[in-house]
Amino acid sequence: MQHTRNQDTLVGLFVASGIAGLFFLAMHVSNLSSFSDEDSYTVTAKFENSGGLKVKSPVSAAGVKIGKVTSISFDPKTYKSVVQLSINSKYNTLPDDTTASVFTAGLLGEQYVNLEPGGSETYLKKGGEIEITQSAIILEKAIGQFLFKSAAEEKK
Amino acid sequence: MDFIEGLGRSSRISFNKLGRATHFLIQTISGVMSVFMRPRLLTKQLYSVGVMSFLIITISGLFVGMVLGLQGYYTLSDFGAEETLGVMVAASLVRELGPVVSALLFAGRAGSALTAEIGLMKATEQLSGMEMMAIDPIKRIITPRFLAGLISMPLLAGIFSAVGIIGGQIVGSGLLGVDEGAYWSQMQASIDFYDDIINGVIKSIVFGFVASWIALFEGYDAIPTSEGVSRATTRTVVNSAFTILGLDFILTALMFGDH
Repeated sequence: MQHTRNQDTLVGLFVASGIAGLFFLAMHVSNLSSFSDEDSYTVTAKFENSGGLKVKSPVSAAGVKIGKVTSISFDPKTYKSVVQLSINSKYNTLPDDTTASVFTAGLLGEQYVNLEPGGSETYLKKGGEIEITQSAIILEKAIGQFLFKSAAEEKK
Repeated sequence: MDFIEGLGRSSRISFNKLGRATHFLIQTISGVMSVFMRPRLLTKQLYSVGVMSFLIITISGLFVGMVLGLQGYYTLSDFGAEETLGVMVAASLVRELGPVVSALLFAGRAGSALTAEIGLMKATEQLSGMEMMAIDPIKRIITPRFLAGLISMPLLAGIFSAVGIIGGQIVGSGLLGVDEGAYWSQMQASIDFYDDIINGVIKSIVFGFVASWIALFEGYDAIPTSEGVSRATTRTVVNSAFTILGLDFILTALMFGDH
């Protein structure tokens, strides 16, 4: 009887440590704990060009991550890129004249949406739209313009 | 002509073996209810399959994580991207190395033991003896071992990945000076619960299913001599390794294909 009880204890320890390992992976390694959909609100921003922005790209304000991109679609009427931003409800005091711009973290880093608050007294509401936007800087375009400009200057 | 004949014979034999293996699997699964009636059979097998593999899995996981930390650091520091070490270690462990390496170790540690045990039971006519006493050897012997493998495998893979990530952190931020906060926060930002962790767990369940199936069938199907049992044990390890690695490729293509 003592033998089976020892065995039961060890099996119990094994199962507990296995579940603890999986729990550790879920809560400590993955993004499960950081954001859930319940405590966030969605706003829309329309960009001329959203560049390399992807679903799940971070949304940050003053360098702090406050949300993520939930969907990106093309509007066939205005020819703009419609980006849905899900922002943590803790940060529900963003003014409605906030500027949204697509930035790149470092030279080769991932692209993210940066929110710069304006001075308005009214706040952005759930389902609202950020009207002032700034497109992504396309590196190839900028280099192309620069080369074109310097070539034109040499001709003079 | 001899070659064509040989090909035909070997495909007939492997087709026959596949059929027997499938029949064996169906019988095994249909015995699941009787294991619920006698859970002590299951805990006994969980002990010999899971608890006995615990140590090898933990130690291997720790070292695999530490090596990943070292190698990742050397490569990433060339690009000044040491902070993403956590992402690299966690993604490779959770998606690939955790399920695959723990399944290979499981096949070597527990699978070979299962084959040898059942092969020897068959060689010493214990299985026939049970049938004489009107006890179904599949329900009494095979199904508890199969279920124990199926339950142990995801737990072992979870332990492997968790210990490996901690090992990578010990080497990365303890020895090489990667910022500890960056190690964890970059990891949490990039690893997705459903895409990465759940898919890793699904992989390990599939591997556990296949590895236990192969081990038990090879033992049950072994030629009942000492040489036959030794060959069956070898086949278990070789076939499990092939199947696990092949299935891993297919599962990875299906799960992570759209990234």
